[in-house]
Amino acid sequence: MLEIKNLHVDLEDGDKTILKGVDLTVEAGKVHAIMGPNGSGKSTLSYVLSGRDGYEVTGGSATLDGHDLLEMETEERAAAGLFLAFQYPVEIPGVGNMTFLRTALNAQRKARGQDEISAADFLKLVREKARALEIDADMLKRPVNVGFSGGEKKRNEILQMAILEPKMCILDETDSGLDVDAMKLVANGVNALRDAGRGFLVITHYQRLLDHIVPDVVHIMSEGRIIKTGGPELALEVEKNGYADLKAEVA
Amino acid sequence: MAAAPQRTAEGALQIDTLRAPEGGAWVTTAREEALARLRAMGLPQRRDEYWKFTRPDSLTQAEAPRAALFEDAGEPEMFGEMDRLRLVFVDGVFDAEASDDPAMAGLRIERLADVSAQDIHWARDLYGTLEARGQVPVPRPLAALNTAIAEDGVLIHVTGSAGRPVNLVYHHRSETSDAALHHVIRLDAGAELTVLENGPAAARFNKVMEVDVGDGARFHHVRVQGRDHERRAATHIFARLGAESAFKSFTMTANGVMTRNECVIEMTGDDASAHVAGAAMGDGDFHQDDTVFITHDALRCESRQVFKKVLRNGATGVFQGKILVKAGAQKTDGYQISQSLLLDDDSQFLAKPELEIYADDVACSHGSTSGAIDEDALYYLRSRGVPKPIATDLLVLSFLAEAVEEIAEESLRDEITARLAAWLERRRG
Repeated sequence: MLEIKNLHVDLEDGDKTILKGVDLTVEAGKVHAIMGPNGSGKSTLSYVLSGRDGYEVTGGSATLDGHDLLEMETEERAAAGLFLAFQYPVEIPGVGNMTFLRTALNAQRKARGQDEISAADFLKLVREKARALEIDADMLKRPVNVGFSGGEKKRNEILQMAILEPKMCILDETDSGLDVDAMKLVANGVNALRDAGRGFLVITHYQRLLDHIVPDVVHIMSEGRIIKTGGPELALEVEKNGYADLKAEVA
Repeated sequence: MAAAPQRTAEGALQIDTLRAPEGGAWVTTAREEALARLRAMGLPQRRDEYWKFTRPDSLTQAEAPRAALFEDAGEPEMFGEMDRLRLVFVDGVFDAEASDDPAMAGLRIERLADVSAQDIHWARDLYGTLEARGQVPVPRPLAALNTAIAEDGVLIHVTGSAGRPVNLVYHHRSETSDAALHHVIRLDAGAELTVLENGPAAARFNKVMEVDVGDGARFHHVRVQGRDHERRAATHIFARLGAESAFKSFTMTANGVMTRNECVIEMTGDDASAHVAGAAMGDGDFHQDDTVFITHDALRCESRQVFKKVLRNGATGVFQGKILVKAGAQKTDGYQISQSLLLDDDSQFLAKPELEIYADDVACSHGSTSGAIDEDALYYLRSRGVPKPIATDLLVLSFLAEAVEEIAEESLRDEITARLAAWLERRRG
């Protein structure tokens, strides 16, 4: 589904190279996790895949179902089925959460040649998905993420994911700033979306999220490369020994 | 009286030889007094501090610059969904046939041109009076000019609660029309009125609206300036607020090569509230200036100025806003914000926020910012599949929302928001 080959990325301002040849394939129906220390390039990878400005791809490729992601605009990538749950969801004063969700869903449907969803069907869809994430009517009415707690913002990300039903979901440190209860809620939301046709890439610092969203494959990223790949047990190993040992091992 | 300053620019209106139109005794007196005021202060000059950001030339020259007529694109009529009383002016002249029957419970509507020949009228105490008071401490010569030469306008005396809004509808039918309208509105104690204004008025338009808001009265004003790209307009609102009264005015400005909107409010009764807001959107040779002066001269009054401008392709926005708190106006609550969203590097926003306070127990704040579209918000919206042009429009509307929120009536808020969205959509290309 998602295929990344030898991806090299520089920061546009300055000469700093962040990604130095990332190879990664996420198959449909699988959950891959990327772990790694601060500054290893995990978040950069998620931004480059979703098309954020400020990065320059100097080599390699990234495709979704064979389509070249790097050639597409950010919104085209979304319509093609890519979704990034942000580490820091953006507050947008003056734009209601419902307006935002409906605009996004209809834009994607339009881009895929589908009809816009009716107001009644949309309301029903949002209510159903929001209930599972314990998002109340008030949160839906407020401007996007404005005045939301850290946990509410992350739940709002998962709500968007549930409504947009992307093929490929990238979660960038979705566990950061969450207490245990909020993390369980978010993890349940993600697990409810797991199915044979959907791939996940879960980026995290800590193993604890992976207790709730159990991955099929775990990658360790360091200094812009995947340095080790294994099963869920690899996450436990990191939790026990830290990244230093792993880095020494591959060096 | 000192001789008029010798500072008439070439091509400018010759105010020394200007004659006021004939009328009845009271209106003639008011016009001649206004003419004397105008001659004493002279027309605005480019070097005047108050005209530092806006060139007065096209507003003061003798001949109105030609302005192309707007071609109707078949849009729905402004405020068309509302039950309102329409008073129509064509190039500055009242059109009775196109207007609704002005009879309505709670108020009396008359035409300035009809009553100016009467020897005595309630408007005598108001016509030009609030304008004259508003000339201190800053002169506003174009308003004095208006009082001197305006022959038409509407006089509204509100004695109760007006059952529906009065809608002043302007039409521009001549490419060279030079129109002056002077409206006077008096709200008795406890009265209530909503005035709506819309439509291109003339090639050049000079308008004064004097509003006397009695104790406990409520005045709402929503104005839409648009559909005339080559508009040149100087408008003034002069309002006096009695105790516990409320004044709310919102203006949407789109397009227009030269628009100067002044709003001068004097709060003379305790516990009154004045809100003035504007949302402006300009493209290219757009120049729009909001100049606001609010004087607190009573206890516990609240005032709020909220102005937002979206500027693109070299457009210019100006804001001059002042809160003057006189000695003794304790517990004043004054707030002022002016912000611009610059969609490119060629556009500019010029702002002069001012506070002048002579009381020691007040809460006043002001702020002014200029910025570009928030790139993080844009990326966030796009990452959810919203195409860049639509995402940009959403963010523009969100930027304007704080000003639009100042409109009390929800249906009016929705209509204005829809018009703003339509303006943006037409420019999406």
